[in-house]
This record gives sequence, structure tokens and C-alpha cells, in this order.
Amino acid sequence: MAKLDAKIPKGPIKDKWTNHKNHINVVNPANKRLIDVIVVGTGLAGGSAAASLAEMGYNVKSFCFQDSPRRAHSIAAQGGINAAKNYQNDGDSTYRLFYDTVKGGDYRSREANVYRLAEVSTNIIDQCVAQGVPFAREYGGLLDNRSFGGVLVSRTFYAKGQTGQQLLLGAYSAMSRQIGKGKIKMYNRHEMMDLVIVDGKARGIISRNLITGEIARHSAHAVVIASGGYGNVFFLSTNAMGSNTSAAWKIHKKGAFFANPCYTQIHPTCIPRSGDYQSKLTLMSESLRNDGRIWVPKNMKDVEAIRAGRIKPIDIKAEDRDYYLERRYPAFGNLVPRDVASRAAKERCDAGYGVNATGEAVYLDFASAIMRYGKEKAIIIHEPKASEARIQELGKKVIEDKYGNLFQMYEKITDDNPYETPMQIYPAVHYTMGGVWVDYNLMTTIPGCYAAGEANFSDHGANRLGASALMQGLADGYFVLPYTIGDYLASDIRTGEVSTSSPEFDEAEKAVKDRLNFFINNKGTKSVDHFHKRLGKVMWDKVGMSRNAQGLKEASDEIRIIKEEFWKDVMVPGDLNEFNQELEKAGRVADFLELGELFAKDALNRNESCGGHFREESVEPDGEQKGEAKRDDINFKYTAAWEWKGDSKDAELHKEELTFNDIELKQRSYK
Amino acid sequence: MTKNGMNLTLKVWRQKSDKDKGQIETYQVNDISEHMSFLEMMDTMNEQLISAGKEPVAFDHDCREGICGSCSLFINGEAHGPDRGVTTCQLHMRKFKDGDTIYIEPWRSKAFPVIKDLVVDRTGFDRIMSAGGFISVNTSGNTQDANSIPIAKDDADHAFDAATCIGCGACVATCKNASAMLFVSAKVSQLALLPQGKIEAKDRVLNMVEQMDAEGFGSCTNTGACEVECPKGISLDNIARMNREFMGASITSDK
Repeated sequence: MAKLDAKIPKGPIKDKWTNHKNHINVVNPANKRLIDVIVVGTGLAGGSAAASLAEMGYNVKSFCFQDSPRRAHSIAAQGGINAAKNYQNDGDSTYRLFYDTVKGGDYRSREANVYRLAEVSTNIIDQCVAQGVPFAREYGGLLDNRSFGGVLVSRTFYAKGQTGQQLLLGAYSAMSRQIGKGKIKMYNRHEMMDLVIVDGKARGIISRNLITGEIARHSAHAVVIASGGYGNVFFLSTNAMGSNTSAAWKIHKKGAFFANPCYTQIHPTCIPRSGDYQSKLTLMSESLRNDGRIWVPKNMKDVEAIRAGRIKPIDIKAEDRDYYLERRYPAFGNLVPRDVASRAAKERCDAGYGVNATGEAVYLDFASAIMRYGKEKAIIIHEPKASEARIQELGKKVIEDKYGNLFQMYEKITDDNPYETPMQIYPAVHYTMGGVWVDYNLMTTIPGCYAAGEANFSDHGANRLGASALMQGLADGYFVLPYTIGDYLASDIRTGEVSTSSPEFDEAEKAVKDRLNFFINNKGTKSVDHFHKRLGKVMWDKVGMSRNAQGLKEASDEIRIIKEEFWKDVMVPGDLNEFNQELEKAGRVADFLELGELFAKDALNRNESCGGHFREESVEPDGEQKGEAKRDDINFKYTAAWEWKGDSKDAELHKEELTFNDIELKQRSYK
Repeated sequence: MTKNGMNLTLKVWRQKSDKDKGQIETYQVNDISEHMSFLEMMDTMNEQLISAGKEPVAFDHDCREGICGSCSLFINGEAHGPDRGVTTCQLHMRKFKDGDTIYIEPWRSKAFPVIKDLVVDRTGFDRIMSAGGFISVNTSGNTQDANSIPIAKDDADHAFDAATCIGCGACVATCKNASAMLFVSAKVSQLALLPQGKIEAKDRVLNMVEQMDAEGFGSCTNTGACEVECPKGISLDNIARMNREFMGASITSDK
């Protein structure tokens, strides 16, 4: 495909990144001072990129819509970050992390990118420890690890259930140092409204000051979009309320291809929804599956009794419980990858075994782990004759040390004590593997415009493994982008400061202002949330965990109807030039409506099941894998990169064929 | 506790901008479920206002799971409301009862000027961080192996406990002096407890405290209210540690 060149370096996979770094262009330190880079988003990818680029000497302008860069939604990542350190001596290696990630992504990611990710993973841990990130440690003072789904080694570094917080605060502190030095100019409470392209290159953005409403022009020699994923297209997700796709969508409409929008991660362990007023869903970390066992009752009479409140889950005997993941996937058990665990939960609930009033909940039970840890602890503290109550007490303490904040969070939301009764969980939208198409250098199809972290599509294929998002965000920002961007900027050292007084900036600014004016003056009858909720319902019902051609076509039609009504009837109160949260939301939902349609179109096009994308038409008909997702490598071994053609329905498909030289393509089995 | 359908009277601070004087407005919300979070109750109120053609109440919120530190409401005279160990977004309506009147105000502090309604400007915290809340290490693929410096588990755990501060500002809002000592001391402690942070420890504490004073935060008089209201349970021990660090640095620093 002429338009899509992934620019993968030649040579053996293990040498590609090293060779590439050795041969790409470098900007000399004196010239870096003459070059401006805009970074949109301050999560793990954007924050680490901004800090690293500023340390290197570039002038960085950093933008976030939150009131502080420290509040980007990476902060909420709980469980951990993977790295092939092999500190546990369980045979981990760069290759094994690479292999697990490609397999976990159901063979829909780009080998070279994933290998590089595995390669730099170890540097991330070193870097973070040097910054003062307080990872969990063992009594000998060395770093501790735990396991996550879809792998057979312990390679996950963590800081209780707040790993994302600690890593983000590390990146934020690195940013703060550069802000203090004046090398990063920080624009918090600013939203990127559009990208400005001059002579075919990304040369700046239009921003809106969310406090005053001021529209401003910012020029640069390169623009990095690190604005996160688009899970909020479902309205309900584990994303933050402000998480949005607008920066990524704006560059898409200016020429950046959007890849694999249908690859969405539905996370298996979230707190079930409780009512129509629900504004978001809360994740319970996958790390809990290290110690929690997932089950539903085996017998329908027990399900009914539980729903009627006649019995409690702890009253159900072990032999009357269906530990369905252990039953179906003995090799990986409760630690199967997220897509597999989510579908298995849906399968049981669809069959009628859901354990709450809505029928959409399964149990995550820590009773066995509490006893196991309690017995271990009793031996260590020389209490061989400890009573069962004492063992439970000791075990609960161990569980509290590991997951205390998660248990507390659960209790505050549900009013149930998970130390005494199993948690109720159900899958929810969590992460989007799809995103802006980028080449090996993380450059989009717009020269000088880069995408990093969850905003790009590059490393997770059709399903992301646990503890890999933090790894990818920081890899992109600390160790990939700072090198690759220099290769591009090396040819820009004579450009000088980019002027904002050009017709391109005039035009972009006018379009932004026109749209904002439209919202304020539309004076419709329905709130922005009204449309967002309707969009979310269509997405969840027809483009959610399980998809079919009929439903996807209906979804496209329904989204178009909502979109039309939105533009006719949306009501945005307040004024332009003030702090106006409804106006912010209106722009974001307008973009979600367009993305949602492309999402459904991509899901319809991909007539195979792979990773988080499950097409009911494509399942294994028989054999040991009967009923499992069936990939179609003959017809769909490609990345679908969509080009904007004026409307989502007219988007043009470009294919990046995926080649697998270092990993054999196989049916993914966790049995 | 009622099962569902609480009717509540809300007394909400409305202020158009930092130049406006502001006043309490009264709103009625009905049929509020006990399972709602406090912010979902606020959403319901705002939907009502929008339907009535009025401007909704502005308030900061984002992750709605107690970790981003955006939400910042003073509810019935308490930062983050009546529950303990939670942020406003984790507060649930089961803590209230039918017929209650709830006062909802922004953080009050000279160093946190009101932007609009319940939204305040907390960028003073960012400036304190820029003054020294970091370890000066550049990004490099060649830092030493993460396990080359073992760190005693107790130190690592205490550093972690301090590092869990979410920067919400409840400590400042709660303190009768509007002191930011709990916030600043949490970062100073985290980094002072780790071998990597000890090298710059003196400059760090001096610079951060200087900036803290410049921002207009008040002094600490050891009342301890901040610790009680902190949603993350950041301990007063951190303030004691920062005082030691500050004293030591003041006496021995060359600057």
C-alpha cells in the first residue's frame, strides 16, 4: 500500500531498534533550543515525552484539560507494569514478553513494535526507581513482582493497587522539574481544539482556555498527541469523565489514519452497574485474579435463592459452585486474558446464572486465598496450632496488605465487605487498543504529527494484556519518541520559529470559533449527556462484547440518527467566554458520535473474531476449542487504517498487512 | 437509612467568576437513590437545572474513583463530606437521609481562589512541586539496575504511604490556617525516605517550603484536622519528618 509505510527497520528483530537508533538523524544540542514541540496530554505517554524532550533541550509546550498534569487518567491504573527483568528467575526474557504480548493481542499487532516494547521495558523500571517511584519491595529490600492474566511468569512490578498513580507522579515530577526550569511551558485547563497543518506538516494547534474561553494559536515544529483512548464512546466505562477522543479525532479529520477502532478492551472485573443514574464504572484490578476465584452457582435454584436474598454466597457449598474459568481453562484458570475472561462471564450471565438483580454479575471470591495465606503466615510466626478464626485473621491481613485500597474502594461503593463476602463483578469497557495509526517511529500519516500511548494503535493488537498499558505509555514517552522525533526534526533546524500569522492558522481558528458559536447559539431542548447516553447504549448493546453483522448495521443507522438529532437539538447553556463544562462536553460528544460510527463500520468490516473483537459469525465449530473465538488469518491478517473522507460512513480503508517472522501464528489456547 | 427516594434540599455556593462575590442558592432534588455517589446526585441536580434552562453548577471531577484528586467539595462543613477515607466522588448518598439539607461549598483558602461556583484554582500545588518535588534524574536507558540499591521494606512502605497523596487540597481546606504542610510534607517525606532522594534532600525541603510560603498558605499549628479529613490517610508523621528535614537543612545547608 503506497499510503501506508510502517518504516520497519531491516535486519533481525532483536537488532532492529538498536540499529535504527544508531542510524537515524540526531539534532545537536544547540539546535534543539531552536525547536518547539507541542505535547497534548500529560498521562504516562505525554508526561514522560514532555519531560524527556525538555531534558534533551527542546522547548516543550504541554497541554492538558485537567487542572493539573498530575490528574491525567493514567493515575487510575491499578495493578502494575510489566518488565522482562526476570528477577523471579522464572525464565522471563525479552523474547518471552514479546511473545506473550503478540499472542495476547491475538496476532494483530506489529511484531517489530512489540519487540521494541519488550526490549525497553527493563529500562522503564530502572528509570522509575531512579525517580523515586516507591514500588513494592520484599523484606530483603529488592523489588517484588506479581502475575497478570495471559502469562505464565511473574513480571509485573507494582505499588499496591496504585501503580499508575505512582508512575504518573514520577513522570509528573520529571515534568515539574522542567516546568521549574522553564523548559516546559505548561497549559493546564486548556483543550486542544484543532491541529494546524502548514505545507503538509503539522505546525501547531488551536487551544481553548477552559477558564476564560480564550482561543489561542500555538506553533511548533512537531505535535505529539498523547490524549488517551476513546472508551467513553460507550458513555459508561472505567475512563475518567473527561477522557475523550477529540485530539485524536481532530488529527484524524486532518489526515491521520485511524486504525482498528473496533478493538476495545472489555475488562472482566469491574463493579456492576447499579442504576440509570450511573455516571461511570469502577475497575477492580486484574491483580485480584491472582488470589480471587471467579464463580457462579452451579444450580439455578441457588441463583434464584441468592437473588431473592434467601441465602448468601458463602452458604453455597464448594461442590455447588461453578468455577467456570478453572473448568474451561485449566492451564491458565482465573488468569486467562481479559477478553477470554469477559466473554466467559457474559456466557454464564446470558445463560441465566448472574448473581444480582440485573443478572449481570459473577463472584470474585477471596476465601481460599485468605485461608492459604493465613496458614502460611501461621507457620512463619510459629503458630502451628492456630485456630481457623486465627488463620482467617492472619490471612485477611495479608490480603489487606496486598489489595487494601481496592477492597476499601469496593466497600465504599457497594456497602459490602469483600473480606467477608465475595465481590460481585461484571465486565466493562476499559481500554481501546485501536487508535491513531503510526509507523515504527510513532509518526502518524501527517508528517510531524506523532501519537503516543493509548492514543495510538501500535502495540496491543486486538487485546491488551494486563499491566501492558503503563509499559507502553512510558516506553513511548521515555524511550521511543525522544529518539524518533529527532530523526524528523533534524531536517527542521533551519526553519526558525513557526509563525502563527498564516492563512492556515486563520482558517483553523475560524472553524473552531464557528463550531463553539454554533453550540452556544443552538438553544436546543436536550442536554449533551442525553445524547451521550443514547450513543453509549447503542454501542454497548450492538457494538459491545459480542457483535454481529445485523446489529452493526443497525448500530450505524442508529448512531447517524442520534448524530443528526444532536446537531439539531443539543442545548448548551452558559457563554463562550467563561468556564463552561457543558460546552466542553458538547465538543467531545460531537466527536464521539463520528468515531462511534467509524467504530461500527470497522467492526462490520472485520468479519472474524480476534481478541476483544468478537463476531458471532466467527466461532470454532467443533473440537477442543468449540465455541471459542475464531480468527481468520487468510482474510484479516491486517491492520485496518481508515482515512477520513468527509464523513465516517465514507471512510476509506487502507490495509497494513501484518507479517510474522518471529512468531508462529496459532490458535490462541489457554486451555 | 431509607431504601431509596430521598428528597434533599441543597444549599450550593454559586459564584460566576473570581471577580464575582458569590452567594448560596437553594435547590431541591427528589427521589435520590442511596446507591448514588454524591457526584451522581450533583449530576441529577445539574440535569434538572439544564432542563429548566438554567446554568448548571460547575464542580471539578474526573476519575470518579478517588485517585485523580479533582473533586473538592466542602460538604456540610467537611472536606469530602461526612465519610472518612474517601473523596467526594466515593461518598455515597447512603450517608444521608431523607429530608436532609446539605451545604455544598468550594475549598476556602486565599491560596485557592474560586474560578467558578465550586471550582478553585489549585495550581499553587503545582508550583510547589516545580520548586523541588522531584529527583534530578534525566531520562536514560543507562540508569543503574533497579535492584542495585536495596531499600528496606519499611522505608519503601512509608515512602509509598506518603506518595499516595492525591493533591486534592482537602488538608488546606480543612486547616484553620489554610496550611499546605500535609501536602508538602508528604512529597518531602517520600523522597527523603528513599536513597535516591537523599542527595538533594536539603535543597528540596528548603525550596518547597519557600514556595509554599510564597503561595500564601498559612502556618501549621499542629491541630491535626488535615490528617482527619485527608481522604488518603496521609499521616501527621510526615509533617514531623519535614520539620526535622527543614531544621537540619536550615542549619547545615550552605545556601
